[in-house]
Formats: sequence, C-alpha cells, structure tokens
Amino acid sequence: MLGYIIRRLFLVIPTLVGVAVAVFFLIRVMPGDVVVVKLRADGAQVTEETIQAERKRLGLDKPLIVQFTDYMIGLTRFDLGKSLWTGQSVFEEIRIRFPVSLQVAIMATLIAVFIAIPLGTLSAVYRDTWIDYSVRVLAVSGLAIPSFWLGMLIILGLLAFFNWLPKIGYVSIFEDPVANLSALIWPALSVGYRYAAVATRMMRSALLEVMREDYIRTARAKGVYQKLVMRRHALRNAMLPVVTVVGLEFAFLIGGLVVTEQVFNLNGIGKLFVDATARGDFTLIQGLVLLIAVNFILVNSVVDLLYAWLDPRIRLS
Amino acid sequence: MADVAIVRSIPADAIPHRPNPVWEFIRKEPLGFAGFLVIVLYFVFALGAVWIAPYDPEAVDFTAMLAAPGAEHLFGTDQYGRDVFSRLVYGARTALGVGILSALAGCTIGALIGAASGYFGGRIDNLIQRIVDIMLAFPIIVLAMVVVAVLGKRVVFGIDVNLIAAIALPMIPKMARIARSSTLSIAQMPFIDAARAAGYGHSRIVLRHILPNIIAPYLIMVTAFIAQAILLEASLSFLGLGVTEPTPAWGLMLSGTSADFYKAAPWMILFPGLAITLAVFAFNLFGDSLRDWLDPKMKG
Repeated sequence: MLGYIIRRLFLVIPTLVGVAVAVFFLIRVMPGDVVVVKLRADGAQVTEETIQAERKRLGLDKPLIVQFTDYMIGLTRFDLGKSLWTGQSVFEEIRIRFPVSLQVAIMATLIAVFIAIPLGTLSAVYRDTWIDYSVRVLAVSGLAIPSFWLGMLIILGLLAFFNWLPKIGYVSIFEDPVANLSALIWPALSVGYRYAAVATRMMRSALLEVMREDYIRTARAKGVYQKLVMRRHALRNAMLPVVTVVGLEFAFLIGGLVVTEQVFNLNGIGKLFVDATARGDFTLIQGLVLLIAVNFILVNSVVDLLYAWLDPRIRLS
Repeated sequence: MADVAIVRSIPADAIPHRPNPVWEFIRKEPLGFAGFLVIVLYFVFALGAVWIAPYDPEAVDFTAMLAAPGAEHLFGTDQYGRDVFSRLVYGARTALGVGILSALAGCTIGALIGAASGYFGGRIDNLIQRIVDIMLAFPIIVLAMVVVAVLGKRVVFGIDVNLIAAIALPMIPKMARIARSSTLSIAQMPFIDAARAAGYGHSRIVLRHILPNIIAPYLIMVTAFIAQAILLEASLSFLGLGVTEPTPAWGLMLSGTSADFYKAAPWMILFPGLAITLAVFAFNLFGDSLRDWLDPKMKG
C-alpha cells in the first residue's frame, strides 16, 4: 500500500505543472482585455495612455514569455503576485479566507455522507415502495433547488420560527466552537443538500447494481443472513462509485460556496472569487483558479487512494 | 406454398403499425410529459408577457412599496413597488432567452469540436481531449465567472452576448466529450467508408454524414443544458455578475435582499426562487425522459 501511495503522489507533480501552465494561458487566451474591462467597467471614458500606463504597471506589456517565466518562478515560492485591487499578496488574501470555506466544505461533506449512505441504502433495499419514492423525490428536488435560494429559505425559516439570525462574522472553531458551529451549520446545510442528493442517487443505483451480482446470490444461498450480506458483501462494493461522486463533488464544492457565502455573508474563498470577478482583479482570479485546480487534483488523488484501500485488486495491478 | 397461404391469412389490422410517437412518449414517460407541459407554460409567459403581466415590470410605484400579495398585486411588490408577478413573467423571457441561446451555442460548438476530434483522431484529438480534461476540472460557475471577468459586458440588440458566451463555454467540453464518443462509433460504419470512397472531403463527411447521426445525444444535451443554463444565469445574476437592473431576471430579484426584507416581504424571496426551481425541475424531467426515449444506452 505504501509503495502505491508514493507512486501515486509522484504522478501528481507533472499534472500540477501542467495545470499551472494551463491556467496562465486560459486567462490570457480569451479575446478580452482585462485592463480595458477593469478601467471602463462603469462606462468611464479612459484615454489610451492611461490604459498603456496601467498595462505597464501590471507588467502586462512585457512579452508573453517573460510574463510566463516570472509567473512560473513565482509559483515555486508560493508567490502568486499581488491583488490588483488591494495590493496585498494573492497568497495572503487566499490564506486568510481559506479556513472558513474549508470548514463549510468539510461540514457539507459530512452532512452529505451521513444523509446519502443510509437514505440511498434504504431506497435501494425498499425499491419501488413509498420509502424509495420519497427518497427519490427528495433527491431530485435537491438537484433543482438553487443552493442560494435554499440558503435564503433557511434564513427565512430561522426568522419565522425562532426570530433568530445567525451572527455575521467568523469565529474560529478552536476559539468558540458553539458560536462557530451555530453560524456555519446553515451554509453547510444549504450546499450540503445538493451534494447529498447527488450522492444518494449514486448510492441507490450502485447498490441496486451490486445486489444483482452472483456473489450476493451465493452468499444468500449459503444462508448468510440479510444484514451481513448487505454490510459485508454489498455495501463495501457499492461504495466505490459513491466515493468517486463524493470526491468529485467535494472538488466542485467551490461552485456552491461562491453563491452560498454571498447569502450568509461569509468572508470565504467563494466571496473572494465573486469580488475579484466584479472588480476584474485578474491576478487574484488567476490565483483562485489555480487553487481550485490544485484542489481538484489533490482530491482526485485521495479518491484514488481510497479506491485502492477499498478494493485491493486496484493496488495490485 | 403453405407459407404463402399463412401470410395471406393474416388480417389487415393485425399488421403491426408504427404507433404515433407523441402518444407513445406520453404513455411511457408521463413525468417527462408533465415537465414538457410546464415548459410550454413558461414559453407562454415569455412570449405573451405583454398581455399576461398586469403591470410594467420596470414601473416604480412608491405608493405600493413592499405590498403583500393580494388582489391588487398577485405576488406582492418589491422595495421599489414593482409588481413581483409581472417581473416573474418578464423574467421568463430572460431565463428562457439566455438559457436556450447559450445551451444551443455551447452544444453546437461542442458537437462540432467533438465530432472533429473523434473523426480526425491522432494529434488533434489528443490536444483537444487534454484541453477538454482541463476544462472539466472546474465547476461550471467558475469557468463562467472567468469569462465574465475577462470579457466584461457587451450588449447587442438588448442581449448581453458576453453573458451568453460565459454560460455557453462550460457546456462545450461536456458536449465535445459526448459527441466524440458517438463519432468514434459512427466513424467505423460502412457508410463513412462509402462516403470516403466516393471522394468526399472531410468537411462534407463530418457535416453531412456524422453530425446528423449524433442528433439524438445533441438534443438530449441541449435540454439538459437549458436547465443548467437557467440555474447558472440565475446564480450569476444573483451575484451581480449576470443580467443587470432594471431588466427583470429571477436571480437578480433575489439579489441584494437584506435581512429587513426577509421579515417584511418574504414573497420577494419565495416566488422568484420557486420560478427558478420549477423551471429547472421541468427541464430536468423532460430531459431525462427524452434521454430514456431517444437513447436508452445513455441511461444511468
């Protein structure tokens, strides 16, 4: 297993380099001009000289190859440049906001897993009964309800029933766990619902597939009782696709956070991204896109390792 | 001789005739048909907005600010006294207009790229697939936001074309992937060899022989993407990065609603959200049924 982990981690390095290169060109290949967009955002009349001066100040007038070399050298020192808006280092801007988003993401994942595995299992075991139908309706709704609207409904419900609003402002969980959780549980629920819906559907279909396998019939024929068949033979095998979906959705959680953080006024990565987009702060956008890509790669590697742990055939081949 | 006699003895009405596909769809996919009816309703709202909406959606009325739902204003009014129902009806125009245009644009470009990638193979295919891989590593809203940031806003004939581009771009790699795999199997077919033997050029083979054969997955993806595009437009408008005031758009109606309005005017939050949810739900239902109906292999 250890050998497999090491081999797998070495494979990550070239992918990371490739992604860094791709992000650099992704932002520059588009036909717009960030400087023009930024300066003329509100229909302001800006002279050509101002635009050229701004371009010079940002180092955008240098040849592409020089910009690229600077960028790649910077990356080796975690230097992502400076935010065009605040002048702060991009790495620092991201670092301060990272803990909130990470915590909401982890909480949403826990919510999703704890809802999806039991509900998906129930839905598959009691297939085509009212239990199955209710679970499926719940799951399909989760895909249609926009997470920001769900967040607003949660706030509306809290106000209507308890006349209470979660406090604005973030306290670290290590300082005041109660205040922290009572503020972050709501955004976690509103992004977690969609997440749980996707995972529940996958859990159900994966389990239904596994239950048709020969080895399940064999186990039953040998007289193994139902609960043990489910736990030892069916669930473990059905977990493989579920792990993939949970991992992929975790990597994509930033998409939900972008809107949810706005609803709950959380100062996290998602809100930072929205602000950066609204202000045309493209060094910050570049840093954030890179972060999202790196997160995607790391999550994928973790999923691969989980796969190898769940299914020994994978690490042996 | 005996065989002939048997054939002749079959009565005319026993010959299996092809059932009307529309009825067949309704019978086999009742949920999908329900979704279709809701979509039709939204289209009626969008096209007939002028006659259906009781008020001008942009008319400010300070004598009726935050009015509760009732006979005067079906779904109440917002903080500027604008009629929520009228804004929802006109919002259907924005949602369907942006949704359909961007889904069509994204799917068409994606299908062309995917078909070319699958047809030519080799280096071109490899390069395109690597780009597709990278794009698929990002949530669609992230890609859309990057486009918004780089392109800014550009309105042509009252439509923000850059917003359409922003919503269409994330759909391209998904459609390209599907079009490619369909193309790979079609490219093996004898009629492609025949076309080649007849001396047709690459563009004619791709456009006339391959693309018509991937129309089923194309239609399925377009319906599925309209749902995603509506959701994406609502999210972007909610964030202040999409449609801007005073144009009525569902996501925009939810934007900037502070805690005061939650208490004073919950209808401002409930109805636009319901409009988005129902539209996405209807397109998803219809899209899923269409997929099962046209291409059972894609199920799962």
